[in-house]
Amino acid sequence: MKPAPFVYHAPKTLEQAVAVLAEVAPEDGRVLAGGQSLVPTMAFRLARPAHLVDINQVAGLDRLAVENDALAIGACVRHAAFHRPVAAGPLGDLLAFVVRYIAHYPIRTRGTFCGSLAHADPASEWCLVAATLGGEIVARSARGTRRIAAADFFQGLMATALEDDELLEAARLPVPTADTRWGFYEFSRRAGDYALAMALATFRLEQGVMVAPRMGLGGVEVSPRRIPEAEAMLTGEPPEIGIFRRAAEAAADAVDPLEDIQASAEYRRDLVRAVARRALERAAA
Amino acid sequence: MMEKIEIALLINGRWHAVRVEPRRTLVDAIRDDCGQTGTHIGCEHGVCGACTVLLGGEPVRSCLMFAVQADGREIRTVEGLADGDKLHPLQRAFMEHHGLQCGFCTPGFLMLAVGVLEREPDIGDADLIEALSSNLCRCTGYQNIIKAVRAAAAEMRAK
Amino acid sequence: MSGRDRRDTWVGRSIRRVEDFSLVTGRGRFTADLAATHWVRFVRSPVAAGKIERITAPQGATVITAADLAGVKPIRPMLHKFGYVPVDQPILASEVVRFVGEPIAAVIAASEEEAEDLADGVEVAITESTAVVRAEDALAEGAALVHKDVPGNVVVEARHATPDFNAARKAAHRLLTIEIRSRRQNAMPLEARGGHAAYDPASGRIFFTCSTQTPHLMRTAIADLIGMPESQLRVIAPDVGGGFGQKMSLPPEYVVLVWLARKLKSSVAWREDRRENLIAAFHSRDQKIRLEGGFDRAGKLVALSADVTANIGAYSCFPTTCAVEPLMALAELPGPYDIRAYSGVARGVLTHTCPMAPYRGVARPVITLALERLMDRAAAAFDLDPIEIRRRNLIDRFPYTSATGLVFDEASYRETMEMAAAALDVAAFRVRQRQARTIGRFLGLGLATFSERTGYGTPAFAARGMEITPGWEKVELTMDPSGLVEARIGASPHGQGLRTTLAQIIADELGIAPAQIVIVHGDTDRTPYGFGTFASRSLVIAGGAALIAARKVRVKLIKLASHLLEAAPDDIVLENGNAKVAGTDRELPIASLARAAYHQAHRFNGEIEPGITEAATYDPPGTFSNACHAAIVEVDIETGRVEIDKFLVAEDAGRLINPMIVDGQIHGGVAQGIGNALLEEIIYDETGNILTTTLADYLPPTLREIPPMELHHLETLSKETITGAKGLGEGGAIGAPAAIINAINDALSPFRISIDEIPATPQRIRAALRAAKANA
Repeated sequence: MKPAPFVYHAPKTLEQAVAVLAEVAPEDGRVLAGGQSLVPTMAFRLARPAHLVDINQVAGLDRLAVENDALAIGACVRHAAFHRPVAAGPLGDLLAFVVRYIAHYPIRTRGTFCGSLAHADPASEWCLVAATLGGEIVARSARGTRRIAAADFFQGLMATALEDDELLEAARLPVPTADTRWGFYEFSRRAGDYALAMALATFRLEQGVMVAPRMGLGGVEVSPRRIPEAEAMLTGEPPEIGIFRRAAEAAADAVDPLEDIQASAEYRRDLVRAVARRALERAAA
Repeated sequence: MMEKIEIALLINGRWHAVRVEPRRTLVDAIRDDCGQTGTHIGCEHGVCGACTVLLGGEPVRSCLMFAVQADGREIRTVEGLADGDKLHPLQRAFMEHHGLQCGFCTPGFLMLAVGVLEREPDIGDADLIEALSSNLCRCTGYQNIIKAVRAAAAEMRAK
Repeated sequence: MSGRDRRDTWVGRSIRRVEDFSLVTGRGRFTADLAATHWVRFVRSPVAAGKIERITAPQGATVITAADLAGVKPIRPMLHKFGYVPVDQPILASEVVRFVGEPIAAVIAASEEEAEDLADGVEVAITESTAVVRAEDALAEGAALVHKDVPGNVVVEARHATPDFNAARKAAHRLLTIEIRSRRQNAMPLEARGGHAAYDPASGRIFFTCSTQTPHLMRTAIADLIGMPESQLRVIAPDVGGGFGQKMSLPPEYVVLVWLARKLKSSVAWREDRRENLIAAFHSRDQKIRLEGGFDRAGKLVALSADVTANIGAYSCFPTTCAVEPLMALAELPGPYDIRAYSGVARGVLTHTCPMAPYRGVARPVITLALERLMDRAAAAFDLDPIEIRRRNLIDRFPYTSATGLVFDEASYRETMEMAAAALDVAAFRVRQRQARTIGRFLGLGLATFSERTGYGTPAFAARGMEITPGWEKVELTMDPSGLVEARIGASPHGQGLRTTLAQIIADELGIAPAQIVIVHGDTDRTPYGFGTFASRSLVIAGGAALIAARKVRVKLIKLASHLLEAAPDDIVLENGNAKVAGTDRELPIASLARAAYHQAHRFNGEIEPGITEAATYDPPGTFSNACHAAIVEVDIETGRVEIDKFLVAEDAGRLINPMIVDGQIHGGVAQGIGNALLEEIIYDETGNILTTTLADYLPPTLREIPPMELHHLETLSKETITGAKGLGEGGAIGAPAAIINAINDALSPFRISIDEIPATPQRIRAALRAAKANA
């Protein structure tokens, strides 16, 4: 299972990287960051890029810092960077909790946060986080920079709004307020496997009721997204099991589930009921 | 076939200068170009962990990297664990506790455990077990691998 | 070392394995570690059934197809029983393809990458035809035939009935049925298959290094198919990364490699990749079993009938033939239970899928699932505890001849079950279970009691009717002039620790340390003909032969010593490397006896043959080890996930040579059983396309799916084996699925469903719960 041949480029600056990418994109040139998703597809020869642009040596892509109420995550920031909270408050804790569900330890030393977003696997935890929290993607090409809201970024199964000549330079996650509650629940067959369904729920409590709730589901449809039907059901309600159940039921009704050998649509809806409710319970705990 | 690129890999303290196609994975370069066959290939898609080596001290799946990406980097494999005739505590522990049967997954487990324990000597048991769950074994049912790594971790901490 | 270890003998001690040093230092030598001049990539069928119209190779590529292999015979194992219809497997598909993944062509190039690039460019034009994928489709009226010569796609159908069956069934108080479904498994050794064939210019011979469990059988088969003298082929099994049965059958790819090496007069290698292994390496366990038990008023089985259908794939594996699973199921279904009236039918059905071959336990994990589900169903029907109903049915008098003629030697079926029950504290569990239910949590306890047939020699294989009848093992022992012993064996261990355990057996006989004994295996040039390692046979049979040979050496050493020490043979004791005259301080190092035997033969007046070499062959009838497995699980009824809280084994495998190695075998077998029960499944779609082609689809358990295991042991020494040992390599895999499924059903008993299919995936469990709710 050896990859098909390719020409290897290892730019040292971002300018060089996007210049090369502009040249090779028409011939199926791809960006190589962590490689933990790309290389297996190349081993199976499902992907046969004629060019790989390795950005691991590009200076300045490892930025990881809070700037203007958002956590900026550079293209080469590895999953492992999130093992310990990278910011004070709920966001750091949330990311440190979620990261443990991503594959396994050695994958996390190489794989990158931004790489997960660019790859857009429906079962990617970071994609769910970006979609639920309302993250922003910074796309850079020789033509310039543009910012894409997460809700617009994921466009289908393994498909994003990135143009062929664009590199995902950074992702920005808004920093939630210190009183934001969060809960994440994932169901997979084995530890470290792709999620068959996962939910990320956040809300604040004001005078005993939930305010600005967010309910995101991943691994269920072609792309992760927030479920407005569930969020509507939670708004203004106390954080109680009955409400959570109804919201989870609404979420199960609202989705158009993937079907594969591991899970039928009907079973995925069962899972949505469970993961959505459990994520909410964790947020309330 | 693509043009080959000259790279140098520092494996267990020794430089290996080799010429490889860009698509040559790190594990194939270590095994076939550099002749260090202790690291094994079990799946070539990053699931089984038999190919685990230490790159700059971190455990990585060498089937998921291209050799050209490791040019000039420091790599440790199972062949470099022993200090001459003196076995590493993990190697001794695997022997002591019957942590291997066919031995095919063993180098990957050893390097994974070495990497984890060297980076986090005080790692808690639950986290250690979670890290070990990264790799597959088909023979041992994992019981004695856990036993061996716990014993070695205790010994390494005491030092 | 554990508290169970013996102190006065090497046998019974958990000494460290001699195999380990090279393996932990990365000095192991596996097949893929060898460099070769030529590399092979196989082009495989993309469709399940069809006619090959044309194969077009890219410019300049070296490609061979069936046309090039005109003189090579097909793989055609034979069984002389039950009207088994032999089928031919061409080494490379010829005219038609019969399963996705079947090798059609071999591309040869200077590197693996290049071979794969060229293989991508090979075009195969196939006119697809209807594929039959499920056994029921293959059996349907007018179904497409997988092989023209096998009517109805039934390659074997066997029946067995005791004369009193009908009467006994009629007289039963109650009839209960169970139907279980076992889905396809892949043994998934971590080292995939592979071979390296090298032409030796000096001798003109081919040295074939390959990942195999049976080097001599590979030599015999490959030489026969190619039409070369066996003496011209040397087969070497180096370090082998797990086999579990998958590597005991002959892959056509191995024949291609040897053929190529002869043709090219060079070295040719193939490293199977994981995708190929999942698709085209032998599958197993694809069976459906229906049991009907007739019980008397006390819950005792008085009549058992069985209907077994095995979906054996497109071809028949060498040497056992694909009949091995269905026929073993038929013969061993009465299991560890006292049943005099038995009627069974078993059929092997051809389909357009990958051929099946033995995998750890073979049919036994499936029959155990069926029997143990029946027992639990009966327990519920008779309102008896699952332990009590088994008490009333387990064989407890020995020797016991089963309804199918198997002789069960002294064992401890009830004792191991009682041992397990006591260790579990079932009463306390039931309290916990009740309390958990009140808060919506579902815990369950499940048991499985079973026998494991082990260490059986040629009589047993002959009874099966195999053309090639394995069974005996020979061991040659040589003590060299320095006193070091070399034991050459035909068995072929690949993780079982035989180099350590055989040395322990020999050491006790000769009074020397195991470190003085080297076991040589895996090289057909250096070892006596043998049948390899599978079927839990090596320790019993190779161990038995080693013991007999060692006793001959012992007699010789004593003779030498009695001459040199001028004492009666009866007064000579061999211990700690010395031969001494009992009750005196007169002794000689055993090494000096060896030196004298080789270099001072004149001292023995022609009464003792010079040198020290003895050989022995052992061919026992076979024995049965036994165990009780118990699992405590929790089922998440919302997601269908099953967590195993605890797994317990109470086993009896006779004399334990190395307790640490014994435990390792049980751990590994149970882990595969857990995979079988909950996770692993090879899935085809309705067109015969295989869907589980990566380790993200086929799910062997990781460390986190395996709970801590508690092991208990009894040692009922076998009178049927000269070592008293019984063999146990497969037991872990045999009982675990049944114990886990019974536990799941126990957990879900409030819901009135029956989970009778493995793997019991979360999806299947949820579907059953949903259906039960709908029907409620």
